[in-house]
Amino acid sequence: MTAGTEAPTVGLTHGASEDTGLGNRGPQSKSIVVPYGFWLFVLSDIVLFSALFATYASLVHATDGGPVTNQLFDRRLVAIETVALLLSSFTCGLAMIAAKRHHMTGTQAWLVVTGLLGLVFLSIELYEFTSMIAEGAGPQRSAFLSAFFTLVGCHGVHVTAGLLWIGTMMAQIWAKGFRQDIVRRLLCLSIFWHALDIIWVAIFTIVYLIGTLP
Amino acid sequence: MFGKLTWSAIPFDQPIPLITSMIVIVAVLGVLAWVYWKGHLPYLWNEWITSTDHKRIGVMYIVLALLMLVRGFADAIMMRAQQALAVGQSQGYLPPEHYNQIFSAHGTIMIFFMAMPFVIGLMNFVVPLQLGVRDVAFPTMNNVSFWLTASGALLVNLSLFIGEFAQTGWLAFPPLSEKAFSPGVGVDYYLVALQISGVGTLLTGVNFVTTILKIRAPGMSYLRMPVFCWTSLASNLLIIAAFPVLTATLALLMLDRYLGFHFFTNDGGGNSMLYMNLIWIWGHPEVYILILPAFGIFSEVVSTFSGKPLFGYRSMVFATLAICILSFMVWLHHFFTMGAGADVNSIFGIASMLIAIPTGVKIFNWLFTMYGGRVRFTVPMYYTLGFMFTFAMGGLTGVLLAIPPIDFLVHNSLFLVAHFHHVIIGGVVFGVMAGYTYWFPKAFGFTLDERIGKAIFWCWFIGFHLAFMPLYVLGLFGATRRMQHIADPTWQPWLDVALVGALFIMLALVLTFVQLAYSIKTRDRRRDVTGDPWDGRTLEWLTLSPPPHYNFAVLPDVHGEEAYWTRKQTAIREDQLIEEPNYQPIEMPLNTPTGVICAFFASVCGFAVIWHIWWLAILGLVGACAIFVWYAWRDEHEHIIPVKEVRANARERRRIRMEHLHELSQST
Repeated sequence: MTAGTEAPTVGLTHGASEDTGLGNRGPQSKSIVVPYGFWLFVLSDIVLFSALFATYASLVHATDGGPVTNQLFDRRLVAIETVALLLSSFTCGLAMIAAKRHHMTGTQAWLVVTGLLGLVFLSIELYEFTSMIAEGAGPQRSAFLSAFFTLVGCHGVHVTAGLLWIGTMMAQIWAKGFRQDIVRRLLCLSIFWHALDIIWVAIFTIVYLIGTLP
Repeated sequence: MFGKLTWSAIPFDQPIPLITSMIVIVAVLGVLAWVYWKGHLPYLWNEWITSTDHKRIGVMYIVLALLMLVRGFADAIMMRAQQALAVGQSQGYLPPEHYNQIFSAHGTIMIFFMAMPFVIGLMNFVVPLQLGVRDVAFPTMNNVSFWLTASGALLVNLSLFIGEFAQTGWLAFPPLSEKAFSPGVGVDYYLVALQISGVGTLLTGVNFVTTILKIRAPGMSYLRMPVFCWTSLASNLLIIAAFPVLTATLALLMLDRYLGFHFFTNDGGGNSMLYMNLIWIWGHPEVYILILPAFGIFSEVVSTFSGKPLFGYRSMVFATLAICILSFMVWLHHFFTMGAGADVNSIFGIASMLIAIPTGVKIFNWLFTMYGGRVRFTVPMYYTLGFMFTFAMGGLTGVLLAIPPIDFLVHNSLFLVAHFHHVIIGGVVFGVMAGYTYWFPKAFGFTLDERIGKAIFWCWFIGFHLAFMPLYVLGLFGATRRMQHIADPTWQPWLDVALVGALFIMLALVLTFVQLAYSIKTRDRRRDVTGDPWDGRTLEWLTLSPPPHYNFAVLPDVHGEEAYWTRKQTAIREDQLIEEPNYQPIEMPLNTPTGVICAFFASVCGFAVIWHIWWLAILGLVGACAIFVWYAWRDEHEHIIPVKEVRANARERRRIRMEHLHELSQST
């Protein structure tokens, strides 16, 4: 993943430059451009979540006589969920280190562990959702619950998308090896996975911790 | 099997949409048949539909925008005719439920599928050329963006023939847009079409911010970028920050409508004012997403045709970024009447007025650029002058609306309608028309006819003022917007004048196509041989018209602001071009059908969601995603243009340039 050995970006076949930080020495190499663009996408995703957070914050007390946060959330369950997701970020980092060394088994194994931890997280979330709906606290019950299911569910959808992406990346590495473009994609995947962690930390704090205050 | 879709979705009993859609279907089939039998299909497929060339994609965006301009205008003239006819006893020719669809479609199409594609198309074509590079950061994603936008446009227009369109205005305010009050598919068409095209726009934003910040010619530091690149950067930053909010907001409304959630409903604790806040947090930056690139176009035009560097370049950059930030701090002025209280309203009122300051800076910069210059009154310059007059006035009525007590009087009146058309036509439309005329020779190698171009300008200018000045008056009389019937017969004269104005604008549209046809027919005597027809100052005029696929044989080395002007003056002074560089083979991205296939599945999925055909929706979604997995599997990314070809093209360009240079030095 070092910039110097990369094929330069679109159409630049000569004069590929060292990064000056200002980008005024000509087009940057793909190893800079691709993750940069992906970062911008992740930022836009965070803006999307910020709209959902704002919605949750303004509707959290609009319970329409239905259950309130204290009656619904279980800190212990959420703690396990959080540990699983944060650990998966760590194992994702280990997968990246293995990929940097072009270590096939290591990369694949750590990606599997990452995916499994993601699966644990998702299963707990699904369990929480289904038991809430069974208790009559589904998203149609009140504006607060609509906002809760949408915010947390949107994160869950992102994790699901991440799991599918992990699957396709494992297949790509398996079939094509550690080609530069594939390693770049792997880097984007890990940015995405870490970003989901950041968003989860905010959900954990704003929804669950504040929601279970006595 | 087919969800809510039955034969009753086709409007057999409504002659206007039925006949219109028949004509459109016959026309589309006719064009397709002609393309097929003439054997143009492979050319279209290889050179345009699957193209990753930013110039081709830019042209396709503008073609889409021109088509949608016609569609949106058809809605406009129907509204003006209805309001002029349906006064007093008369009911006009459009029933209320049809009229409501027309004003909703007019706003939706004009903003999302006319103005946005036009602006994005010009950015696509111009920005990489001005930055002196060969393509955008993500060429395939660029193609995907275009086709997703086209998919949204397709769905909106499909609603004419199958089902109905929203009757809820261009922003679909709840609770009216909730299932309880709008049970039909109209709002669903609106939501799904905007979700799909919104993804395309977001990807464009990511693409262009990356391009402008990371991919520039050597020596092109930030403060050497042309102003159009700066305003494009600001506009795309706004896209990244604002469009996700639109996506989220529309998704919440969809959850309300499809799954019975309670975000904006009247019951269950829902809060419809939350929707107002969210949609305008996107909506206000959106108007700056449109106007900032227009400001950039005027800056390029005024500097070129005054023969002077832009006055106050740095202040222009700072003003652009100031507007970029301020645009996020004013959303509440769209609903002062919400009742947030005097303190909140004052803060947002003052913030709104503040935007007039950087805008004023810009107006003065343009005026001072012309001052002391040798101004050439070409068509783009006409639009620029017309813009400065019109936009300044429209801006002033905006300052009026920013004063909460006045806003309480004219909120949702025709005064407001007149104001935003004032700034959008006077700003965005004049801007894109100036850009279209200015960059047309670069795209196609010949200029557009000047005489017809000036006639088009006057039609727009006169037509706009006739059509909208009366609406200011009516707004002050108390006329609310979106009325299918006018009760007060004394308003008739004003409505008639407005209709005449709309007819002038119709003439402008007709002449636009006449100009295109006439210019193509007479292209041999209007060729742009040198690649620099306007004596330009920025890098797009350095290469030939139309530019080769790879834009520049060698990336230009930039010294100072006005990269091309400096280089041109040196060449004229020394009567020679720079030394011939050492040409190299060039790698360019391969074409790919990913975009059009993805958009096909997205359209299928969208249509299925609208009509509750769930199996088809899942199929469409899987297809739209699977195409990227397939795309990621490819082994060939780029093709190489051999050095022989590059050298031959470049030498031809140098020969033309040398001839031109000798002519220039002999004449001086």
